[in-house]
Amino acid sequence: MKEEKTLAERLRERGVTRRGFMKFCAATASMMALSPAMIPRVAAALQQAKRPSVIWLSFQECTGCTESLTRSHAPTIEGLIFDHISLDYHHTLQAAAGDHAEHARDEAMQENWGKYLLVVDGSIPLKDDGIYSTIAGITNLAMLKEVAAGAAAIISVGTCAAFGGLPMARPNPTGAVPVSEIIKDKPIVNVPGCPPIPVVISGVLAHFLMFGRLPELDALNRPKVFFGQSIHDRCYRRPFYDRGQFAETFDDEGARKGWCLFKLGCKGPITYNACATAKWNEGTSFPIEAGHGCIGCSEPGFWDKGGFYDALSKGTYGSAEGIALAAGVGAAIGVAAALGSRSRQAKADRKEEV
Amino acid sequence: MTLLDFARGPALEWSLIIFVAGSLWRLVGALLVRRKRDLSEPRSRSTVAGGIRTVFSRMFPRKEFHSKTLFAVIAGYVLHFGLAITVFLFTPHILFIDGLLGISWPGIPNNLVMFAGVVTIATLVALLIRRMTTPLLKKISSADDYISWVMTLLPVLTGMMAYAHIGGPYQTVLAIHILTVEAMLIWFPFGKLFHAVLWIPSRAQMGAAMQRRGVKA
Repeated sequence: MKEEKTLAERLRERGVTRRGFMKFCAATASMMALSPAMIPRVAAALQQAKRPSVIWLSFQECTGCTESLTRSHAPTIEGLIFDHISLDYHHTLQAAAGDHAEHARDEAMQENWGKYLLVVDGSIPLKDDGIYSTIAGITNLAMLKEVAAGAAAIISVGTCAAFGGLPMARPNPTGAVPVSEIIKDKPIVNVPGCPPIPVVISGVLAHFLMFGRLPELDALNRPKVFFGQSIHDRCYRRPFYDRGQFAETFDDEGARKGWCLFKLGCKGPITYNACATAKWNEGTSFPIEAGHGCIGCSEPGFWDKGGFYDALSKGTYGSAEGIALAAGVGAAIGVAAALGSRSRQAKADRKEEV
Repeated sequence: MTLLDFARGPALEWSLIIFVAGSLWRLVGALLVRRKRDLSEPRSRSTVAGGIRTVFSRMFPRKEFHSKTLFAVIAGYVLHFGLAITVFLFTPHILFIDGLLGISWPGIPNNLVMFAGVVTIATLVALLIRRMTTPLLKKISSADDYISWVMTLLPVLTGMMAYAHIGGPYQTVLAIHILTVEAMLIWFPFGKLFHAVLWIPSRAQMGAAMQRRGVKA
C-alpha cells in the first residue's frame, strides 16, 4: 500500500518495452471502442496511473471467477496490469490467513477509506440472518456493508455477485441476493459471466485506472463497451442462422460443418457479452466456436430460464396438464351450449307445427 | 421475472389454455347444432358430395363477381400464403411448435420469411384501406373486423422488428412479439379469426344444406 511508482515505471521494471506497452494501449482502446486518436491519451493516462487499493470479497461462489482471471491471463500484459493494482485482500490469492488476513483488510480500508475499489464475487445469503456463509465469524452481509461503506466503487464480478447466479436459482435455499440488492448508495458495475471473461474484468479496472471513473453502463449496470451487443449478433455462425442451416445434434453433418446451434439450445440471441469478440483462453475461442451453444451465463436468472438444450423459442411453462384440462372444459361447455341450442330449436319447431 | 420470462412462461400457458378451451367450446358447439327443419321434401338425402364440392368451389370466385371481388380474392390469397410462410416456415416458430406438439418440419432461409412478412403487412394495409374506403364494406364492418386486423398485424410486425433489431433491446421486442401472439391466441376463438378453423365445416355445412334443397352451391 505504500507503493508510489506509476504503472509505466513498474512495467519498465518488469521488462515490458515501450512497443509492448503501446500495443496494449491500442488493444485496450480498441476493446473499449475508443477512437484510435485516444490511444496516446490512454497511454498517457496509464503511464501516470498509481496503484489503487483493491479489496476482493468472495462470498457464495465457486472461485471460478478468480480461476478465470488468474489462470487465463497470468503471462499477459493484462495480467501485469492486474498485478499492478494493490490487491490487499483476496482469500484465494493472499498469503495471509486467519487474523492476519482480516487485519490486512482492516488496514487497507483505514489507509484508503473512500478511495479503494471493492470487488465482490459470489452472492450474499440473507435467510436466517445470513448464517449460511461467514468469514472469520462475520456474515457476508455484515462484511459487505462494512467494506462497501468506504469504497469508491464496487465491481460485482461474476453472475452470482451481479445477479444472484446459481445460489439464487430456484428454490434459493439460502435467500441469496446480488450485491445491488444490499448496497444502494455506491456506484456498482456488474461484470457478469459464469465466469466473466478475464479481459473484461481487467478492462473495467483499466478504465478506472485511465479515467478515474467507471465506464458507461447499460440498464443492468454492465459496461456497455463489453455487453453492448448480443453473442448472436457477433457470432461467426450467424450467417448459418440466416440461411436456415442448423445443427440438429452435436455430432451430425450440420455440427461438423459449423452450422448454427440455435436448435440445440443456444441462448446467444438474448445474451449480451463479449465472448464472440474477446473470446477465451487468450483469444483462442469461445463456447460456440468449441461446438456448444451459449448458455446465457451473463444474463439474470439464467439457471431458471428453461433447459440449456431447449431451443430459445420453446415455451417454458411447467406442464401440458392445464391445457389438457382446458380442452376438456372447452368441449364440455361446447356440448352444453349445443344441447341448449338444440332444445330451444326443438321447442320452436314444435310450436310451429302446432 | 423479466418480461421475456413472463411471455415465455405464464402468459404463454394461460393464453394457450384460453385458446384451447375457447376453440373447442366454439367448434364443438357449432358442430353439434341441430340441422334446420325441412320446409319442403328434401331433394337429396345424401349431402356429402355437396358439402365437399362447396369447400372447394368457394376457393374461386364466380366470373360474374370478378370485377368486384378479384382484388379482394387475390389479396386474400397473398395474405394467407404470406402468413402461412411467416408462421410455419420460420425455424424458431417450428421449434416452438415442436416444443408444444412434438412435430416439426424443415424451415426456409430467413430472408425469404422476411420477404413474406413484408408482403403480408403490405397486403394487410391494402385490405384495410379497401375496407375503409368501400362504402358498403365500411358499413358492414364491425369492431371485430378491426380488432382481428390488429391482432393479425401486430405479431407479424413485432416479429420482423425483433429480427431486424428495431424498437429496443432484442429481448424486449421479442417479449412484446410473443405477447402479441398470445393476445391473438386469446382473441382467436372469440372473433372472426376463428374462420381459420371454421372455414371447412361451415362451407361443408352450407354445401350440404344446399344440396338437400336441390341447389348447386
